[in-house]
Amino acid sequence: MSDQILAQPELAGVSIDSDSEDISRSEVILKGALAAGAVYGALAVGPFVGRALAMSESGDVGILNFALTLEYLEAAFYKEAKTRAKASGELKSLIDLVGRDEEEHVGALTETIKKLGGKPVAKPKFDFPYNDTAGFLALAQTFEDTGVSAYNGAAPQIKAAEVLEAAGSIVQVEARHAAAIRLQNGDEPSPVAFDPALPKAKVLKAVEPFIQ
Amino acid sequence: MAVADKPNALERVASDPVSRRKLLAVTGGSSALAAFLAACGSDDGDTTTMATDGGAKTGTEQFGKGDVGILNYALTLEYLETAFYADVVKSGLFKGSDLETIRKFGSEEAEHVTALTGFVKQMGGKPAPKPKTEFPLENAKSVLELAATVENLGAAAYLGQAANIKGASVLSAALSIHSVEGRHAAALNTLLGKPITPDGAFAKPAGADEVLKSVEPFIVG
Repeated sequence: MSDQILAQPELAGVSIDSDSEDISRSEVILKGALAAGAVYGALAVGPFVGRALAMSESGDVGILNFALTLEYLEAAFYKEAKTRAKASGELKSLIDLVGRDEEEHVGALTETIKKLGGKPVAKPKFDFPYNDTAGFLALAQTFEDTGVSAYNGAAPQIKAAEVLEAAGSIVQVEARHAAAIRLQNGDEPSPVAFDPALPKAKVLKAVEPFIQ
Repeated sequence: MAVADKPNALERVASDPVSRRKLLAVTGGSSALAAFLAACGSDDGDTTTMATDGGAKTGTEQFGKGDVGILNYALTLEYLETAFYADVVKSGLFKGSDLETIRKFGSEEAEHVTALTGFVKQMGGKPAPKPKTEFPLENAKSVLELAATVENLGAAAYLGQAANIKGASVLSAALSIHSVEGRHAAALNTLLGKPITPDGAFAKPAGADEVLKSVEPFIVG
């Protein structure tokens, strides 16, 4: 099943039996912290949560926890960059702005997971290998472009409309970050007419080296 | 626009490739309703197609049912963006790297036009016609500002439709275009010294009626 999905990432939405995979994949990077990633709370309040429970097979919590891990990574990366990236002027302001956005994404995803009766994954420890502004910018570009492709790859599998809308509003901001960072690097802000969608397994493989 | 129906539809469609195909077949069948230009005609005050009650055609329904309507709505916006960039290139207001950026964005919008046209046809629908457009191209700054407005609006327009889309492959395509519009918007905002994320950490969606009203001044027939 998973091979089939990887072969046709654009049709990944046809898979629903992904809960068990969510756990095993997430363990790869979260070292078991995610045991409850796909476990839904027995009861919660509100029509929103009621609908979510009705869709408890859907794996939205798994997708949100996957996104949360990426946002943790980005938030930590920009937080460290304030002291490590040796940035000044426009880039310094950009780091502050992007870092603030990523932290807001962490907060929103955490809240949404809780509302759905899920358990937010723990924040991993990260290690970002760079020594100067150029090294920081190169990594930033990788993270932002990967983030866009990660959301674009996962979003069609989202079942709840509200969750899809939230993911959409976050991915557009990631794309905006990516464009701004690329401009800082002297690269085209929008290199292709269609942003690629990356399957989860590939995204996890890409970020694994930065997780301790 | 029945919000409450979306998850069921999404769930059903996403979980079953067969029913997804059936849905495509059904929605593709009756798609020639577009008549967008009639509805948006320059100074024609006729608003019968914009009535808001019951089964009247508003928003993307003016362009066709379901996903075909959404795709044709997106196609209309992409036609508009493509024409805009072509006019800007011709205007001679830009040189050097700014001109290259404008050319690049224009060529990406043209690729979106091609892809969306193909999608509509694939679903058995009739692609929306290319609108006749006219843009005020006075000076470089006002043009960049208009470009930023159009791109920010375009990004918001895609975001506003994401949850309405039924087909998984249509959603994938829309998402891959949506983030490119977001990139364009951020790059233009950067050129203008404006915030790259004007809505903050969460981009805001825009509904079809709002978007169409905003672009109406640029459509001349």
